[in-house]
Amino acid sequence: MNLTLKIWRQKNAQDKGKMESFNVSDVSPDMSFLEMLDVLNEQLTRKGIDPIHFDHDCREGICGMCSMVINGRPHGPKDLITTCQLHMRSFKEGDVISIEPWRAGAFPVIKDLVVDRTSFDRIIQAGGYVNVNTGGIPDANAIPIAKKIADEAMDAAACIGCGACVAACKNASAMLFVSAKVSQLALLPQGQVERQTRVEKMVAQMDKEGFGACTNTGACEAECPKGISLTNIARLNREFFSAKLTSDNI
Amino acid sequence: MSTVLNSKVPAGPLADKWSKHKFDLKVVNPSNKRKYDIIVVGTGLAGASAAASFGELGYNVKAFCFQDSPRRAHSIAAQGGINAAKNYQNDGDSIFRLFYDTVKGGDYRSREANVYRLAQVSVDIIDQCVAQGVPFARDYGGLLANRSFGGAQVSRTFYARGQTGQQLLLGAYSAISRQIANGKVKMYNRSEMLDVVLVDGKARGIITRNLITGEIESHSAHAVVLATGGYGNVFFLSTNAMGSNVTAAWRAHKKGAFFANPCFTQIHPTCIPVSGDHQSKLTLMSESLRNDGRVWVPKKGIKGLTAKDSVKIAEADRDYYLERRYPSFGNLVPRDVASRNAKNVCDEGRGVGATGLAVFLDFADAIKRDGRDTIEAKYGNLFDMYQQITGDNPYEMPMMIYPAVHYTMGGLWVDYNLMTTVPGLYATGECNFSDHGANRLGASALMQGLADGYFVIPYTIGDYLATLGHEKVETTHEAFVQAEKEVRDRINTLMNINGEKTVDDFHKELGKIMWEYCGMSRSEEGLKKAKGMVQELKTEFWKNVKVVGGTDELNMSLEKANRVADFLELGELMIDDAMVRAESCGGHFREESQTPEGEALRIDDKFSFVSAWEFAGDNSPENLHKEDLVFENVKLTQRSYK
Ligand SMILES: Cc1cc2nc3c(=O)[nH]c(=O)nc-3n(C[C@H](O)[C@H](O)[C@H](O)COP(=O)(O)OP(=O)(O)OC[C@H]3O[C@@H](n4cnc5c(N)ncnc54)[C@H](O)[C@@H]3O)c2cc1C
Ligand code: SF4
Ligand code: FES
Repeated sequence: MNLTLKIWRQKNAQDKGKMESFNVSDVSPDMSFLEMLDVLNEQLTRKGIDPIHFDHDCREGICGMCSMVINGRPHGPKDLITTCQLHMRSFKEGDVISIEPWRAGAFPVIKDLVVDRTSFDRIIQAGGYVNVNTGGIPDANAIPIAKKIADEAMDAAACIGCGACVAACKNASAMLFVSAKVSQLALLPQGQVERQTRVEKMVAQMDKEGFGACTNTGACEAECPKGISLTNIARLNREFFSAKLTSDNI
Repeated sequence: MSTVLNSKVPAGPLADKWSKHKFDLKVVNPSNKRKYDIIVVGTGLAGASAAASFGELGYNVKAFCFQDSPRRAHSIAAQGGINAAKNYQNDGDSIFRLFYDTVKGGDYRSREANVYRLAQVSVDIIDQCVAQGVPFARDYGGLLANRSFGGAQVSRTFYARGQTGQQLLLGAYSAISRQIANGKVKMYNRSEMLDVVLVDGKARGIITRNLITGEIESHSAHAVVLATGGYGNVFFLSTNAMGSNVTAAWRAHKKGAFFANPCFTQIHPTCIPVSGDHQSKLTLMSESLRNDGRVWVPKKGIKGLTAKDSVKIAEADRDYYLERRYPSFGNLVPRDVASRNAKNVCDEGRGVGATGLAVFLDFADAIKRDGRDTIEAKYGNLFDMYQQITGDNPYEMPMMIYPAVHYTMGGLWVDYNLMTTVPGLYATGECNFSDHGANRLGASALMQGLADGYFVIPYTIGDYLATLGHEKVETTHEAFVQAEKEVRDRINTLMNINGEKTVDDFHKELGKIMWEYCGMSRSEEGLKKAKGMVQELKTEFWKNVKVVGGTDELNMSLEKANRVADFLELGELMIDDAMVRAESCGGHFREESQTPEGEALRIDDKFSFVSAWEFAGDNSPENLHKEDLVFENVKLTQRSYK
């Protein structure tokens, strides 16, 4: 099939950037979306034009690198998959496809479709862990954990840190991402000791990074490739208020 | 025994070696640790675990990765699980059994003492990860669940749904994040190591390129740890992440670190086949599918047979070749055997699909026997993933699969302390050669990466640092200046060639040569031919590659060019290594060395060694050193799956 692509091009963080049009022909329905862009990039390179830069690595929906808003939707038209899992059979002859980077103040564009998501790392550094050193740990089976709780923790832990939730939110809120980590650790016995300080510190860092407020529109959940549920945000809110009521930590 | 290689394996009974060694190692006293700087390149399982542990001990750590965050390392993609000799299932597992299985599975080409230590510390890994909040699967009683994996007779594999690597890496990422917050680890994301710097013969730092600004930077330290993963992408197509590369290990090799067993690659039998020239990587379908799927091709080749049409083929016209050839193991033969047989039937012209390079994996009988719901409960997400990629529905027609490059057992040679042949330069995880011999068992790579990082190198590095003294080397030292210049010159050379072919053109060509002649089956004649082809391709690369964009900006075309240049050199060494090893063992099949039935034939009296290659200058053949392998605790047997 033959397609027209309208792609965001921006030379660097300082550049203003603009949409540019490209034609690609002979696109096979078996190609992945990123392979289609590879083909375009090979054509550009042969012409001596700088290829379109985009983040990607695993190309199987788990590393969280790929990050494109395709036709207005983070990770494209299909639910519960990442950009790299999208295949061209979801498109048809003559389609015009727009491709843009994540848009959020806390995710500045580095080049073309590549954005800086280190704000997510800093939120985890603020407290998204259990304070244990290597070694001297009791046996793994010393504390049984109900299967249901372990499964729920795993549901939350499945977040790949891609940032689609932020890109989907009109306020660019990072609540879904933060709540996934808070939930995982609040559910597990290992996370109990620092349960209150953790949520406070992570939320404080989230605010500091300039992510917007959550107004519960649910756009994040709808675009999340891993099906991270809004119930995590509800849990975060409960954790946060109970921490504020009972602790004077931060 | 080579005169150059000293494996430093401690004397004494196997079971006591590691505890005795730990006692004998020198330690840096706690208040002195802060005087030492350690560089860790790579923050996958092996690197993040090491960096975090060093930080906890009090060392100053600088850690590097080329992705935008340590959480994205290729380790994240591991699905199946991680082994540990916990014997929670009371099914007779033990440290010795895990050790034994790993040495046997590696076809007796690994070092006994290292493997035993791996099995010993495996139990601590699970404790550590649970304490970090890794949500492993659990049984209804709340205890940890296990499954059996990769041909093991006991259930010792711990897992977190199909995302074990992700959860373990996020555990290690949380540990390193904690040290970043404490100020003990300084993290350099989007940073690529392009050389290691030696001062007085010791590793004292690295040169990196900041991938966003293009800046070439020098970093000095007392020791350097490489945890940069495997080199499967030398084949262009593999199950590895797109960015996985050999650059860090290769530059270290060129500075004196020996490269061990480069030809040992693992080819995984159940991957989604190539669909066309546009293919950029291959997707692994979990090995567990072979528990219920039956592998077959038509008895007589049918050109372009699709999965849809295959359901009409009568039972009598199908060849379930694995069940036929290996009645006792059937579809569950080990990875290398399954892969080679798939290649053979395709070579005979009986392959299926548009390319003829695929075989069927059929669930029709399993669905008939157990019902669709049971199969869906077991493999639902794999079936969905398959349909997502291929458009075919595996509940209604067979899957098509074909082998793909998956893992590299070879890597930088290391001694028992995980130190390379360059003093102060260490290698951990998939980047070293240490524990898997000629073939890695499923769920053992994650175990090895975390064993190295959490429980081995934090001890062994202290022994080196304690004798080194804590004086720092400034990055103004002439060795840094020289190395920076070399890196810049190389980049400028690449940018100025301005040829006709793209980096991917070369990478794809290299991949084709390696796959054809140094892949699932290797012969003297083929290897000779391949060597010439790779040499020519390398020469052409340096005359005719086209790299666009600038040096002082994010330039993915330049990043790839740097990596492919190194793959081209590595490819040649892999071919040399495959040539020298005129036996078949594990993932390495030499056509000249097979039994009358066409099975792999290992030759222990000639080839019980690790090959360790020493770089001898561009355009000179490398020197081969051999570390003899001595087996005192296991009896060598030929594998048989008939
Ligand atoms: C699809 C798939 C499934 C798998 N499933 C399993 C499984 O179920 N069980 C199992 O045990 N094993 C499995 N494996 C194997 C296992 O995942 C890997 O062997 C292991 O994760 C490697 O870990 P590592 O830390 O050594 O390297 P990696 O995770 O590859 O990390 C490499 C690190 O080095 C950095 N790096 C590389 N080069 C440079 C450079 N030049 N400069 C700076 N940084 C650099 C990268 O940024 C990254 O941080 C699987 C592999 C694949 C491909
Ligand atoms: S919550 Fe979902 S959308 Fe947000 S970062 Fe995690 S996986 Fe991505
Ligand atoms: S490239 Fe890894 S999730 Fe898309």
